[in-house]
Amino acid sequence: MARKLLLEHIDKPGIRGLEGYRANGGYRSVEKALKTMSPEAVLEEVKKSGLRGRGGAGFPTGMKWSFLAKPPGVPRHLVCNADESEPGTFKDRYLMEFIPHLLVEGMITSSFALGANLSYIYIRGEYFYVARILEQAIAEAYAAGWLGKNILGSGYDLDLHVHIGAGAYICGEETALLESLEGKRGNPRIKPPFPAVKGLWDRPTVVNNVETLAAVVPIVNEGGEEYAKLGIGKSTGTKLISAGGHINKPGVYEIDLSLPAEEFLMSDEYCGGISGGRPLKAVVPGGSSVPIIPGELFLKTAKGEPRLMSYESLSDGGFATGSMLGSGGFYAYNDTACIVRSTWNHTRFYHHESCGQCSPCREGTGWMEKVLHRIEHGAGHMEDIDLLWDIQRKIEGNTICPLGDAAAWPVASAIRHFRDEFEFHVKYPTKVKDPNHFAKEPFRKEVKMYA
Amino acid sequence: MGATVKAVTVREGTPPFAFSEAALAECRTIIARYPEGKSKSALLPILHIAQSENNGWLSVNAMDAVAQVLGIQHIEVYEVASFYSMFNLHPVGTYHLEVCRTSPCMLRGADDLITHLEKRLNIHVGETTKDGLFTLKAVECLGACGYAPMLQCGAKFHEHLTPEKADALIEQMRAENKRQNYTDR
Ligand SMILES: Cc1cc2nc3c(=O)[nH]c(=O)nc-3n(C[C@H](O)[C@H](O)[C@H](O)COP(=O)(O)O)c2cc1C
Ligand code: SF4
Ligand code: FES
Repeated sequence: MARKLLLEHIDKPGIRGLEGYRANGGYRSVEKALKTMSPEAVLEEVKKSGLRGRGGAGFPTGMKWSFLAKPPGVPRHLVCNADESEPGTFKDRYLMEFIPHLLVEGMITSSFALGANLSYIYIRGEYFYVARILEQAIAEAYAAGWLGKNILGSGYDLDLHVHIGAGAYICGEETALLESLEGKRGNPRIKPPFPAVKGLWDRPTVVNNVETLAAVVPIVNEGGEEYAKLGIGKSTGTKLISAGGHINKPGVYEIDLSLPAEEFLMSDEYCGGISGGRPLKAVVPGGSSVPIIPGELFLKTAKGEPRLMSYESLSDGGFATGSMLGSGGFYAYNDTACIVRSTWNHTRFYHHESCGQCSPCREGTGWMEKVLHRIEHGAGHMEDIDLLWDIQRKIEGNTICPLGDAAAWPVASAIRHFRDEFEFHVKYPTKVKDPNHFAKEPFRKEVKMYA
Repeated sequence: MGATVKAVTVREGTPPFAFSEAALAECRTIIARYPEGKSKSALLPILHIAQSENNGWLSVNAMDAVAQVLGIQHIEVYEVASFYSMFNLHPVGTYHLEVCRTSPCMLRGADDLITHLEKRLNIHVGETTKDGLFTLKAVECLGACGYAPMLQCGAKFHEHLTPEKADALIEQMRAENKRQNYTDR
């Protein structure tokens, strides 16, 4: 069994409470950092670890932290992104629900490294019950002296609060999140300035994902170099993957970033194979925003090499033949699924969640939703497929925030890899009348039933 | 969002609203989490409290009371309340059933669950039963994709649903007849 760094103790009795957490070595990183290290030394370990942001973009955390502006007399902030709304992603919820002190500990150690004295956890509104669990953990940490004034007699002060959102995927985008934390609509800001210079209340701010901040704990405990021994190449350490869709064992798994994709999908330690014992059709490896890829291409790269669950391997060959690790929101499709229906569903999501500031995103997602709706419901035309391609191309790269790209990529990849399925919908409208059309008679490209 | 912004309900005919003492105390605790002069940050958490205190929706009177608590303009509250999907600008049933319909849930039977609930409750998505007990809503990913199909009602997630389990849940709710809020502990 592979090494676990975040979920190692998740099944220990009482791990949700401070006592149980302490009994399993909890808060050691705070002791080590505050008593024996300087903030710069903590940052150095994070740099050495090669840790990359676990929220989706995979940006090196140490580098992000080193960009934080430090004008004298201006408070700095650390904000944890617990908005977790990327379809397919439910790993942060699992971590916060079952081992809440790990996030609290990561927030303290990281806030110390950044010189922040007031930090927030922005959690999506739907996770209200998880927010209560975090508030309880924070209250315990205050009572035990891990938070508040002069922590461990080090002279370092930190206040930590939970902030609840109210339902808006876009608030996961870091500048929309900051707007929302300021009590406004979640409209992403134009960058630059980046949050590292002007963030929360115009003060220098670092925004990091839940899992990123949790990973700082083992990095400080064991040292950045030890952490970097796990994984492969620039994909160091472990990653939480939330797995769903047509697999036998949906759930949250902590993997070594060098794990072969096939082992992840098929072995009983992880997904346990495809549900119904059916053929694998497609995979979305990193949340709905990343390109969907055909099953064969997920298991083996275009060069025929085994695909690994690492940042580099999953994106091998760019969008022509690869995808992205993204947030680790993994879902698989067996041959009963309809790619057109799923693409329509994805697009409806982005249309619903667009904040509406940029025309290409606001209008484009709506058009794509309508066109996809008519194709899926047997009223499409052949030209519609090219029309969709055209619209998605005009959104990508032309918007304030990456939600536009995130809306474009699933459509582009579905057409790129599954064009014949779109054509089938146009040619045989009566065969797609039943919403579960491919459940009864799976679509097969080899058998040219309409040749 | 963009697509579904609803008109704010007109003031006339909406019930009067006042925060309870306990709720006001909670508002003060929340406001204290933000620095001096930054109390507008407390808007979302306080809107949640107001919604819970107003039978699960935000009337204009409730929003105006929030503006007063925070010392901000009414419009600053309306524009925010209309942006976020968890704020209801119209009355909802005692049980607001929010079924996730996004792709990962769809792959595990969300569409069938929605159809089942529509039949069972004899309403369409977006409607409320005549007795005012249930509102059915289809929502986007709730972070429970591996436990699908699922629905949220108030603070609770109901996961791994089957038609039978959904029926049992509805019967239980009918029997209890007690509003579920996001803020429930
Ligand atoms: C539309 C959109 C939604 C996002 N949603 C999330 C989210 O739910 N959680 C998250 O951690 N990051 C999300 N991100 C990424 C954040 O903007 C940001 O990159 C991240 O929180 C940085 O943390 P990290 O470096 O630790 O990953 C989203 C980005 C976009 C464009
Ligand atoms: S890309 Fe879409 S979500 Fe992002 S700022 Fe523009 S309209 Fe808003
Ligand atoms: S897709 Fe339904 S909870 Fe994520």
